[in-house]
Amino acid sequence: MHALIKRIQETFATGMTSSTEWRGDVAVTVSRGKLHEIALFLHDDPGMDFDYIVHVSSVDWPDEDERFEVVWEFYSIRKRHRIRLKTRVPESDCVVDSLTDIWKGADFMEREVYDMMGIRFRNHPDLRRILMPDDYTEGYPLRKDFPLRGRGWRDTFDFLDEVPR
Amino acid sequence: MGLIQLGRHDKDGASDVITTTIEKAVNWARKGSLWPMTFGLACCAIEMIAAVSSRYDMDRFGAGVFRASPRQSDLMIVAGTVCRRMAPVIRKIYDQMPEPKYVIAMGSCATSGNIYDSYSVVQGVDRFVPVDIYVPGCPPTPEALFDGILKLQERIMQKRVFVTQPAQVKASLKV
Repeated sequence: MHALIKRIQETFATGMTSSTEWRGDVAVTVSRGKLHEIALFLHDDPGMDFDYIVHVSSVDWPDEDERFEVVWEFYSIRKRHRIRLKTRVPESDCVVDSLTDIWKGADFMEREVYDMMGIRFRNHPDLRRILMPDDYTEGYPLRKDFPLRGRGWRDTFDFLDEVPR
Repeated sequence: MGLIQLGRHDKDGASDVITTTIEKAVNWARKGSLWPMTFGLACCAIEMIAAVSSRYDMDRFGAGVFRASPRQSDLMIVAGTVCRRMAPVIRKIYDQMPEPKYVIAMGSCATSGNIYDSYSVVQGVDRFVPVDIYVPGCPPTPEALFDGILKLQERIMQKRVFVTQPAQVKASLKV
């Protein structure tokens, strides 16, 4: 077992639901309630020392009970190791804790997850859409049930009187 | 291209007389100094930059003076994928350009959206601005862009300047 996984397991009796290690990549799935606590541990503990947030993304598993998965990638510049943190979110209660209070850099990336997948981040300082316009009403484009061509927005130009041909 | 007919002076044969129509002279001046606007949106812009640089030298066709302001340009080369959110900006810039103005849709994305048949990519820039020349390619080479510019110049030469173009003439415009 990887030392990082072992360390998390020792520190948190509950919270880590599963872990994988594949070709040197360490991935840890944690429960939603413990997410912020474990993230704070990863950031503050001297043995962990994950001071750099690489990426925040999300996955849609349409056939599973807890439909969404939010994925964080962290890197330690001093210790030169990295870890992937995952947590599952059900569609009915699409909220996770924001990690912007621990890593400032999570701000825009969490906004992108919100914009594309519709997952809300609790205590995020400025949770707005970031890629799509603020008044976009067609939903969240990266969800699997979103039509590839959208619902008409790409072809409607409110600045035109009529479409030139 | 038969832009201007050179005449010979009757007395000594010296080439000091030029005969042409005003229309041709105006069109010749217009086509020979197209000032394009920098409007690179994606990878096509790299080829557009290469077309302006020393190896290809777009200035040979009088179209090398790229301006950063729409108010000083005649030609908008839309080079790259046009996202829906960019559309009002392109339209605003097009509206700011003084007449006469021309638009080249450079590359498959600006022409038709290319493979990006998605919620955010406009399926061709001609949905919201009138396009004169479509240049195919992904991305088009500088030579292909030149071909588009030369075709546009041919087209400019056929335009009527001082009279309204009759509809049937407009329809029969070659190129």
